[in-house]
Amino acid sequence: MSLLEVKNLKIYYKTPAGPVKAVDGVSFKVKKEEVFGIAGESGCGKSTLVHSLILRKPPMEHAGGEALFKGKNLMKLSPEEARKIRYTQLSIIPQYAMNALNPTKKIKDIVWDLAREHGHTNRSEVEKLLRERLAMVKLTPKVADMYPVELSGGMRQRATMVVSTLLNPDLLIADEITSALDVTTQRVVIELLHHFMEEDIVKSIIFVTHDLALLDKIANRTMILYAGKTAELGPTEEIINNPTHPYTQLLLNALPRMGVQYKKQKLKGIPGYPISLLNPPKGCRFYTRCPYAMDRCKDEEPPLVKVGEEHYAACHLLGGESQ
Amino acid sequence: MKELLKVEHLTKTFTSGLIGGFEIRAVDDVNFEIKPGEIVSLVGESGSGKTTIGKLILHLLTPTSGRILFEGKDIMKLSKKEIKKNYYRKVQAVFQDPFASFNPLHEVDRAFDLVFNSFFPNLSKSERDDMINQALVQVGLNPSEVRGKYPHQLSGGQLQRVLIARSLLLKPKLLIADEAVSMLDASTRIDILNLLGDFRDKYGTAVLFITHDLALGYYISDYTIIMYRGTIVEMGDTEKVFHNPLHPYTQMLLESVPDLNVKWEFKGIEPEKEEGAVYSIQGCRYAPRCPRAKDVCFKVRPKLRELEENHWVACHLYGGE
Repeated sequence: MSLLEVKNLKIYYKTPAGPVKAVDGVSFKVKKEEVFGIAGESGCGKSTLVHSLILRKPPMEHAGGEALFKGKNLMKLSPEEARKIRYTQLSIIPQYAMNALNPTKKIKDIVWDLAREHGHTNRSEVEKLLRERLAMVKLTPKVADMYPVELSGGMRQRATMVVSTLLNPDLLIADEITSALDVTTQRVVIELLHHFMEEDIVKSIIFVTHDLALLDKIANRTMILYAGKTAELGPTEEIINNPTHPYTQLLLNALPRMGVQYKKQKLKGIPGYPISLLNPPKGCRFYTRCPYAMDRCKDEEPPLVKVGEEHYAACHLLGGESQ
Repeated sequence: MKELLKVEHLTKTFTSGLIGGFEIRAVDDVNFEIKPGEIVSLVGESGSGKTTIGKLILHLLTPTSGRILFEGKDIMKLSKKEIKKNYYRKVQAVFQDPFASFNPLHEVDRAFDLVFNSFFPNLSKSERDDMINQALVQVGLNPSEVRGKYPHQLSGGQLQRVLIARSLLLKPKLLIADEAVSMLDASTRIDILNLLGDFRDKYGTAVLFITHDLALGYYISDYTIIMYRGTIVEMGDTEKVFHNPLHPYTQMLLESVPDLNVKWEFKGIEPEKEEGAVYSIQGCRYAPRCPRAKDVCFKVRPKLRELEENHWVACHLYGGE
């Protein structure tokens, strides 16, 4: 059963020079009880994609496709409907989560405002829940009475996680939430997300990151985005151990790992730079950097083809028939 | 081999708050050496003091106590002119945010002018151009794609290459690379690292690679220094530190690195207890977090001891006073 089904979604940014096609026809499903990873480099559209699901605002424009969340198209919700499902059904932990909380309010006041807006009437019950959840993320319950500025970055991050998940949303979006953190703090955050799933506080998570090695630790399935398009999609283990798209292969080869040292074995990056999304080429968006590029790659867009169980990739090397 | 840079009992204290306030010992009695042509990574999390050490070596901050010897000379005793003319000719730096290193109103070429005006004031325009082009080619850039462009027209990776090209124009003895690749994408980052390695191989430039990313440090460096809250907890040959980590902090750090070959089990890692007080702990600063801490750890600061050849650790588990 899928919780979210995104079909051929297009999100553009309106600019004087024309639309920037940040997300250009992306399709995927998020199933119940899974962590769905979205990985890609800066500018690939990963943040745009997830933000468009929950906080779409100008210059971001919906240019086509749909996103069905529990049967409702998120692209067509009225502001009132969107407000209602936010936090209760669909929630996000934003990037820079440590600075996401209103600095002039105590944590318990922030939480109470939120709960009241969604129909809660018993303040002491909400605060009791808050204190329980704070303990769950290993913060002292006293944090409820503190202002966000009184907390350090790592503590604020955890407090934000509590606020975002307090009303037990079905789907939690985590957008690069660990990129500004130290490795040890990052590990704590990943463990907490895992715990949220186990405790059934959230049903599914979309985990957005630039770090493939991290997805390997948490995501059941992974989608690799490149320049606004899906390059590859499949079970994370398959993607890591058996990548089929040249971009995924080269990216994995560029990652440092234990046992590989400059002195003994040099890793190689991917030459070149991503194309501009203002006027993207007609064909494959990776062809300018791809060592296997053929003539047709320039003009013909490769469709996603099935390469294994639930495993898809968009590359002409893998054959041309659409799924 | 005689050392190129020697840091002795280096301490830097910052005072926080207007009146009274409290002191933070950001760097506390740190000792290490860099040999000519050696790539040393200085690894630590935020607040470990790694950037402060870089700034102290670059003479951008004044140490509270201790000495920094470069080629045997105390850099605090150099005159302003010597610093500018000689020291910065031999010691160069590349920082984290390439966009912040350029003036957005000027073409990127201008970054080179500063170097020429300071160090090669007598070169003709065409000689300058040749040198710039050569340096750009060496860092894998096509001069025609870069020169005359404004910073916003180039990617972070390209700008970082331009900055490395500029530093390396001087063929410095020591390059301080402070989180120089952290902002770059995985697909370009490794090439920039290779560039640093390549320059070392060609010109014998030593590199102090300051990073929070253990995997990058492991990949590029010969020697690794692990810092925690202003103190060195472990240092040694990179292979030894990574394959036989002795300090409980190093062990935990290595366990937290998401490595492609390793699966994680979710067992509940203890988050850091947040307290400014760690900076004033008499004993080991890691003690409040350490699962193996004993009484002595809170009272006495463990000294760095050489447990095996070229592998030092500061921890009471391994004896010492």
